[in-house]
Amino acid sequence: MAPTYPQVLLQNRKPDRIATLEEYQQSGGYQALADVLQNYSYKDLQEVLIDAVLLGRGGAAFPAGMKLRTVAEDAPFPRYIVCNADEMEPGTFKDRVLIHADPHMLIEGMIIDGYGAKAEQGIIFIRPEYESAARILEREIKIAKEAGFLGKNILGSDHSMEIVVHRSGGRYICGEVTAQLNALMGKRPNPQQPPPYPTEKGLWGMPTVLQNVETLANIPHIIRNGIEWYKNLAVTETGAGTKLFCVSGKVNKPGCFELPMGVRLSEIIEVHAGGMPVGSEYKACLPGGASTRYLPKEFYDIEMDFDPMREVGHRLGTGAIMVFDQKTCLVAATLNLTEFFARESCGWCTPCREGLPYIRDLLLRLEEGEGREEFIPMLQQMSKHLWSSYCAFAPGATSPVESLITYFEDEVREHIAQKRCPFK
Amino acid sequence: MDHNEDVIHPMLPAKLRTSLAEHIARVDHPRELVVDVMFAIQDQFGFLSDEAVEEVAQLLNMSPLEVEELATFYTFIYREPVGKYVIHVCDSVVCWMDGYESIQDHLRSKLGIEMGETTSDGLFTLLPVCCIGYCDRSPAILINKEVYGPLTPEKLDEILENLRAQG
Repeated sequence: MAPTYPQVLLQNRKPDRIATLEEYQQSGGYQALADVLQNYSYKDLQEVLIDAVLLGRGGAAFPAGMKLRTVAEDAPFPRYIVCNADEMEPGTFKDRVLIHADPHMLIEGMIIDGYGAKAEQGIIFIRPEYESAARILEREIKIAKEAGFLGKNILGSDHSMEIVVHRSGGRYICGEVTAQLNALMGKRPNPQQPPPYPTEKGLWGMPTVLQNVETLANIPHIIRNGIEWYKNLAVTETGAGTKLFCVSGKVNKPGCFELPMGVRLSEIIEVHAGGMPVGSEYKACLPGGASTRYLPKEFYDIEMDFDPMREVGHRLGTGAIMVFDQKTCLVAATLNLTEFFARESCGWCTPCREGLPYIRDLLLRLEEGEGREEFIPMLQQMSKHLWSSYCAFAPGATSPVESLITYFEDEVREHIAQKRCPFK
Repeated sequence: MDHNEDVIHPMLPAKLRTSLAEHIARVDHPRELVVDVMFAIQDQFGFLSDEAVEEVAQLLNMSPLEVEELATFYTFIYREPVGKYVIHVCDSVVCWMDGYESIQDHLRSKLGIEMGETTSDGLFTLLPVCCIGYCDRSPAILINKEVYGPLTPEKLDEILENLRAQG
């Protein structure tokens, strides 16, 4: 029997439709908002989120409460809350699942987060592939407004908020904070190097707090059930909350599972994702999207939480676990990943624009049996150069390349020695 | 370039022009709507022509070049005519593991076109796309932004036949 864990973010998930406003309210929805507006100062709210150790679920793990706190007390108005529903990290689809399960959870989280920054303008930035989610949100925002949860003087308080849905034209770089702000302003989405930070000067030069969908959806539950309850959801000592893990690749039941933060990788694969297909053995996974490092067999039992991953030099990222088996060539996989990054690079800065095609060409030649010994140090060196690029895109792109050589150098060398891909 | 309000928009149907103008008038920063405006015009004409780029620029008080650098940047804005059904084949790592290449090959031979081309009857366009966020349904494709997956060649045949029947 699979162990059953409390479902928080996906508690109202249904196979074929969203939870309605009534259903969300029956499960306690919008109680946290009423509580916050009546009983919390905006600083109280920041403190609760910091004490609850709510870390950003979009990949960077920045403390959500701290982010609110970086908006200066005397910062100008209007202030903005941007919900990042761009979710373009390969392997990641949790935000889509969450919006299709319980859109009001996100809306409530956004209104409360807005209160924490005294922000009255909310924008949900969403990728074009999620058009159905965009339509759901537009409809449910209207419903929330009719019910008095959005608009002027929410529930009789002095907090007001409007939320609009902003459709992206579709590019991976738009998930990067500063690029997303440029996209929202109708500019070419090139990243910008801080300072100033978006919480100081973001959209239209005004303070802007950008949070991931899953991060925002956690907020109402922390308010309603308390900090201790939230921390106890995690199985790790330092962790807090649940995590939406997206599992794909060589597993029998790919899907999005809400599990305690810190649950072991082996359990996620074997129990929740239905194990691997007959004849497949675990070789590695990318534990948190394409911008994380390959996690080889020696870490198969690792606790999937920010700290345990960091301690062994890895990142939890978005918690999107892509599983590779022993029959899958990781040189070819890395080639595919690098192709993705080379194509999606915005091209603004040279290391990223020029370095990624260079790495791709080396990997392509290796995979086609034209590799040479010196390609290995060349790949390592170029990966290092990419760290001097403008934003986190290129360093993320080197994660699979660098970890391929660190953990699977033998496999790379086999390609060189046999002058062909040993998996073909 | 002259951004005269009296400029006639010869290309846009009156109804679309009015609704766009109204939408633009409601926001503080018109430029934030540039992707929406591009999508609206694209929905009307199928793609964004040179003339359409000029229209977008005029509506939002931008230069055509500023619009062009966005139009060519975004995956879902088409600067060339496309078919009635735009098929985006996901070629990122999970779909790769699950065999997107055979799906892509099947589409190419079935439709008789290469990636980036449109069938001569104007029905189908084939394009590659990066991870579409449906890794739990891989190999997956989008047809006019709607997802299909997990796919097999047989399922693809069925989907294509249905679309052909609709014309």
